Amino acid sequence: MAGKSEPAATRNAYGAALVELGEAHSDVVALDADLSVSTQSAKFGAAFPDRFFNVGAAEANMMSMACGLAATGKRPYASTFAIFATGRAYDQIRLGIAHNELPVKICASHGGVSLGEDGASHQMIEDIALMRVMPNMTVVVPADYNQAYRATLDSYESEEPQYLRFGRPATPVVYEDVPETLGTGVDVLREGKDISLIATGHMVWRALEAAEALEAEDGVEAEVVNVSIIKPIHSESIVETLAKTGVAVTAEEHRIVGGLADAVRHVAAEQHPVPIFAVGMGDEFGISGTGEACMEHFGLTASGIADRAREALLLKPIVSHPPLLGPDWT
Amino acid sequence: MSRLRSVPDLHPPSKEAARGLGEASIAELERWATVHRLACVRMLAVAKSGHLDSSLSAADIVSALYNRVLRHDPENPAWHERDRFVLCKGHAAPIQYAALAHHGYFPHEDLQGLRKIGAPLQGHPDMNRTPGVEVSTGSLGQGLSMCVGIGLALRLDGLEDTAHVFGVLSDGDCQEGQTWEAATAAAHFGLTNLTAIVDYNHLQTDGTTEQVMDIGDVRAKFESFGWDSIQIDGHDMDAIVEALERSRTLDRPAAIVANTKKGRGVSFMEGRFGFHGKPPSPEQALEALEELEARLEEQTAAIQGAQG
Repeated sequence: MAGKSEPAATRNAYGAALVELGEAHSDVVALDADLSVSTQSAKFGAAFPDRFFNVGAAEANMMSMACGLAATGKRPYASTFAIFATGRAYDQIRLGIAHNELPVKICASHGGVSLGEDGASHQMIEDIALMRVMPNMTVVVPADYNQAYRATLDSYESEEPQYLRFGRPATPVVYEDVPETLGTGVDVLREGKDISLIATGHMVWRALEAAEALEAEDGVEAEVVNVSIIKPIHSESIVETLAKTGVAVTAEEHRIVGGLADAVRHVAAEQHPVPIFAVGMGDEFGISGTGEACMEHFGLTASGIADRAREALLLKPIVSHPPLLGPDWT
Repeated sequence: MSRLRSVPDLHPPSKEAARGLGEASIAELERWATVHRLACVRMLAVAKSGHLDSSLSAADIVSALYNRVLRHDPENPAWHERDRFVLCKGHAAPIQYAALAHHGYFPHEDLQGLRKIGAPLQGHPDMNRTPGVEVSTGSLGQGLSMCVGIGLALRLDGLEDTAHVFGVLSDGDCQEGQTWEAATAAAHFGLTNLTAIVDYNHLQTDGTTEQVMDIGDVRAKFESFGWDSIQIDGHDMDAIVEALERSRTLDRPAAIVANTKKGRGVSFMEGRFGFHGKPPSPEQALEALEELEARLEEQTAAIQGAQG
């Protein structure tokens, strides 16, 4: 397998896995909008120039072209930055791809604020929300290079439209090798009984670090859960960890509204209400800085997760106190 | 509404004709256009909703395509080597539905369910609900890009010399920036199996196109984007057929800017503002049906006279 053990960018996994898909399947075609080196689709373009279409800076055209290609039997992979893929071309994805249930894979790189210096215009923190509300769309956010490789390969097996979110910076791997499967899209990476740290994408390795800090500094046994398929979210797995720990913190490089926090809280509200605190972007846009400086600025760090966990743990005994959950509670 | 019935066909096109192996005459195409117009009026009168005048302006173009130019097989809609028709101006769905029903893609009775809950004929074309619809449309500006994608896929399959893509665009499509992204891409990728027909009827929802947002010399625009581009009278069947058949032979993407009149064939509606998106009242529908049926009788008699 083509797994990595050193830090690597999820977008690089996309580029490498897409070439593997191209070798295996002649119906795979790729499109990009003048960002193919950044998104890594250029690797596919170099290997299969006849099946690669760089449309220039015209994302709306790219998505509708992908629709036409898929309607004629091809398996298109369309990539650009997350902001342009979902923000600029929303209606094209909606009518041409999602409504038609065509097997187009929208593979967006540079999700979140960790792309850094380009700043707010390029830092997409609403894409998961936009793709979650779209009927028929699956939303996949891999945690590391190895899972991103699997997510790309597995996307071919699905006949449905999918949104895959990749990132710019090299990040530590959390899977030792390319996993056999994405499974339910909800993986328990670290067992614990006191609190669930439910994270996605670039926040997963940080959640693992937070769990170590909580154990070392507070004696808290945190469970770390990686959600790689945010929609449809595997509610049984979410309920299982919530029932086990009774309190949770979600962590995402995205707006809390509409993102992982909402997805988990939705499951909890209906099936297992417990306190769920969130780490993510509030009602604010990103700013320029190095990727890591941006993450720190917005509290998207291991210590940010650990701090929220400590607050959540304070609430846990209160809300789990039987009288407060009784009929007199207002 | 006793007049809301099917018009018996003079003679349905043979399977060979449907595949483009035989040719309907110009007079027959004109007659089919009237048949399709009648179907549109009936559909809209029953649905009490939809875009009648936009459908009527495209009727001659659609008749030429479905009854002569397109290589398609209603008995095998998924025939991979077929030509593709994309109604970029999806709001004119009734005219495509009329042509599809005429060729047996679905029963004529389905036309009466237009825009009704649970019925297969949606307000705008839906590829997953209506046989014969290649891609769903209805959001202006997206159709030509879809056509580019289809054309490229056919080229990858080695079918570019036989399988052609025909997209019918509206004034509004030409106001959307995406159409010009697609025009740029079609020329850049050197597509030779794409024809864009602009049903340039000069009227839109809020007024004349010239008042609302003048799109100017559309023919020159396509030409400047690297397309072969011609302008014709979009109600002159001879010119339509010649332009469409010529467009298959070019080494560039082809634009046919067809000057048309919205509501063509129904005098009180023709070229008049105020009917976009408004279904005919029962009285208007009867008036329209009378005029179109009279025209149909004339056309039928002329064809029978020529044959006799």
